[in-house]
Amino acid sequence: MKIGLILRPALIALLLALVLRPEWFVPIFAPFAPEGGPVIYQRASMLSLSVSHLAIVALASAAATIVAVTLAILVTRPAGAAFRPLSRTITNMGQTFPPVAVLALAVPALGFGAGPTLVALFLYGLLPIFENAVTALTNLPRATMEAARGIGLSRWQCLMRVELPLALPVTLTGIRLSIVIALGTATIGSTVAARTLGEVIIAGLLTNNTAYVLQGGLIVGLFAVLIYDALVQLELYLLGRMGG
Amino acid sequence: MIEIDRITKTYGTVNAVDAVSMTVETGSITVIVGTSGSGKTTLLRMINRLEEPTSGEVRINGKSTSSLKPHLLRRRIGYAIQGHGLFPHHTVARNIGAVPELLKWSRDKINARVDELLALFSMDPAEFRDRFPAELSGGQQQRVGVARALAPRPDLLLMDEPFGALDPIIRTRAQADLRQIQRKLGSTIMLVTHDMEEAISLGDHVAVMDAGKLVQYAPPAEIIARPATDFVANMVGDVERPLRLLSLISVSEIIEPGEAEGEAMPETASLRDALSACLWTGRDALPASRGGKVVGRVTLKAIRARAGAHA
Amino acid sequence: MTGIRTHISPPGLLFAVLGLAALLVPFMTLAANRIVAGDGIVAWRIAGPEITAPGVAAVAMGLAMGLVAGRTRLRFLGAVLGLTGLLWLLSRSAPVLLSQGGEYARVSPAAGFWFLLVIFMLLMADALAALKPGPFMRGIILVAFLFVLVFIFRSGLLSDLSVLQEFSGRRDAFFTEFVRHLGLSFGSLAAAAVIGFPLGILCHHRAALRSATLPVLSFLQTIPSLAMFGLMIPILGWVGNTVPGAQAIGIAGIGFAPAFLALLLYSLLPVVGNTVAGLASTPPAALEAACGMGMTRGQRLLRIELPLGLPIILTGLRIVLVQNIGLAVIAGLIGGGGFGTFVFQGLNQTATDLILLGALPTVVLALAAAILMDIVVELTRQTPEEAA
Repeated sequence: MKIGLILRPALIALLLALVLRPEWFVPIFAPFAPEGGPVIYQRASMLSLSVSHLAIVALASAAATIVAVTLAILVTRPAGAAFRPLSRTITNMGQTFPPVAVLALAVPALGFGAGPTLVALFLYGLLPIFENAVTALTNLPRATMEAARGIGLSRWQCLMRVELPLALPVTLTGIRLSIVIALGTATIGSTVAARTLGEVIIAGLLTNNTAYVLQGGLIVGLFAVLIYDALVQLELYLLGRMGG
Repeated sequence: MIEIDRITKTYGTVNAVDAVSMTVETGSITVIVGTSGSGKTTLLRMINRLEEPTSGEVRINGKSTSSLKPHLLRRRIGYAIQGHGLFPHHTVARNIGAVPELLKWSRDKINARVDELLALFSMDPAEFRDRFPAELSGGQQQRVGVARALAPRPDLLLMDEPFGALDPIIRTRAQADLRQIQRKLGSTIMLVTHDMEEAISLGDHVAVMDAGKLVQYAPPAEIIARPATDFVANMVGDVERPLRLLSLISVSEIIEPGEAEGEAMPETASLRDALSACLWTGRDALPASRGGKVVGRVTLKAIRARAGAHA
Repeated sequence: MTGIRTHISPPGLLFAVLGLAALLVPFMTLAANRIVAGDGIVAWRIAGPEITAPGVAAVAMGLAMGLVAGRTRLRFLGAVLGLTGLLWLLSRSAPVLLSQGGEYARVSPAAGFWFLLVIFMLLMADALAALKPGPFMRGIILVAFLFVLVFIFRSGLLSDLSVLQEFSGRRDAFFTEFVRHLGLSFGSLAAAAVIGFPLGILCHHRAALRSATLPVLSFLQTIPSLAMFGLMIPILGWVGNTVPGAQAIGIAGIGFAPAFLALLLYSLLPVVGNTVAGLASTPPAALEAACGMGMTRGQRLLRIELPLGLPIILTGLRIVLVQNIGLAVIAGLIGGGGFGTFVFQGLNQTATDLILLGALPTVVLALAAAILMDIVVELTRQTPEEAA
């Protein structure tokens, strides 16, 4: 990917400029702002909104990863096998729940603010990670598992040294899906008063200021694309090391 | 008659097939044998133009294959490959009727042809017609694959390692069946294999390919008795050459008058079987029978003389 | 399967424990009006014992029936009994509670009810999964379920609940937005199919086009929905203002057009990607044979590649449909209509019932679409899997 070598640094530079020096973009956004209205969002700094946005996503995704991987390990042990059909039903049905609906339903239960957003991101984020981790842990190469048992690894050693490392790339794909969904849902979280970059877009929609919409949309879009790309590269690197 | 005339295929600077010429008689089996990378599959695929030749041409009954559109040409040439290539979503009947369907035969004619072919391959039409390929054994899948290739009564049947995916026992049986069906229908077959044993037991003619060149094209007995190059000799295997040769000659050729002790040998058996029986039972001669009646004998000395004649 | 202990279903035990815990959580909420937060009331206090006793007993009995391992029908009936108990409690207590509140009082189900609802639905799903119903049976179950749902709402049993009061005040708007939501979801699906199938087929034949198209589409898919919907506004606004006649057919910066286009862009990856994957799933030997027997490229596509790839291609449509039903909610933010209109109005007014009026039908619609498409995908798998 030669294009990536040029495009990636360029997009990172553009994102940094949008977050740290929004005033540079006044000439570009001005035509989209209403006559005489503000061009650049002033009520909060882009940096603080970005940090808050990413923190919510990171917190929810980290918690979701820990819980989902633990549950995946449990249902793939012999003792947890009875829960596997149920867990499959929950993941299949749960993923048809629209993320926005999960967010909206969290409000009646938890009120407004970052709380419902965190909970919605966490709950929704569990599903892809759990699904991929279970798939990975149940489709390990048979010969490798036999060999691991044959050389006398205990169950715990087998899990830590063989199963989890081998399941890592597929699990990581689940984590990537989960993070991408979380980034998007966190944006909508600003409608329930969570401090995220969605605030800029919503402000633009409410005041008919397309310049805000463009500013917020570009930053969020760039974050999502770059984080997605970074996680894909990480997966490719891990797969390459395993000769996959 | 199939005439292959100085056909060449070049990839980059390499001649995968290098000016190969050969003539195949109608109603015979020709086996092209060679190691992997010898160009044998490319040669076969140029005949139905799955590969376009770089130069040279192929004529079927005097008519150049380049005079037809490739897909129309292919409908006249049967093609069977390793791993059968059956369509997994079509029933056995639809698979066998695939080319007749392309040729727009009537439904009744197709159905009749499907049943005829299934019966020919000893598969009960009523039982197998509506099954899916995944519901057949490996040997049955392979037979349906060949039946499909034969369905439109092609001028020529091309087979690329057709028995490659079968286990040894089923494979021997499939080879015998093919031979029998070919004799019955009088089909013209060109078959590619890497297995010299298969080439010798199946072919009326054997073409040995090495590095894109046709190094020898002759009946099997001649390939064994007078290999043209070291490469051919190597492929035949020096040690077993006399035995292979004997396996091609039938007892009827060396029956002499006289009597012998013990169980009789039918005249259709090979000299290899006769030699085996001599050694195993410690006899120097065996009675030879025709239709269950003893008509003479075959001696160890005569077998030895016959084997030595080619050495 | 030996001994007595194995006769208790582990998931059933989990449901029973969680279900009993959920009974201790407030079951109903009574609020003085539409906006204020109400007070939670636990299940045995929502009405007199002539109402609560049979209801709670049915719930407990349902949970107990779910405990029996291996008796799938019994567990299924337990779920039905539990759901009936919940419906009884809800419908019978609502008028009682309303009569205790003031003129503007509102009654709604609280956390305890929702937890128990989810638990019994899961128990039902767990029992059904063990029955392994075929595609037709699942279709019948789906239709029966939706029929019961419609019957309950039309019967007026639950008309005292605040969500339904919210509904009865906007009956016309509800159906308008419902149709709008369907139009957005299915319309963008159809457009994505019309563009995506040919594009997928072209990508299948040309590796260069494929390696250029798929990464672009997957990057589009990563862009957060709010940003995507927002970015459509200036683009379509510009088109509407510069291209003559564009406004006449409804292309403008806000409203239906930007929402439709955003959904369409999100839909392309699953349609194109799965078309490519489906066509590529043909066994190479079958394709070689098709070529060797003289099928033209068009015949190979129509007779071999498309029929064999159909389940994978339809799975792409399933992903798109479920995804679009959910994403169409965002259209409510840019004036595109749909159930999102209620959700975001509700969030603005902090009116919980209005949020539910938008969110609950969306969830039911997405679930029904998913189950329906799963059935269709299964019916198109015309070949038996491996001969077992």
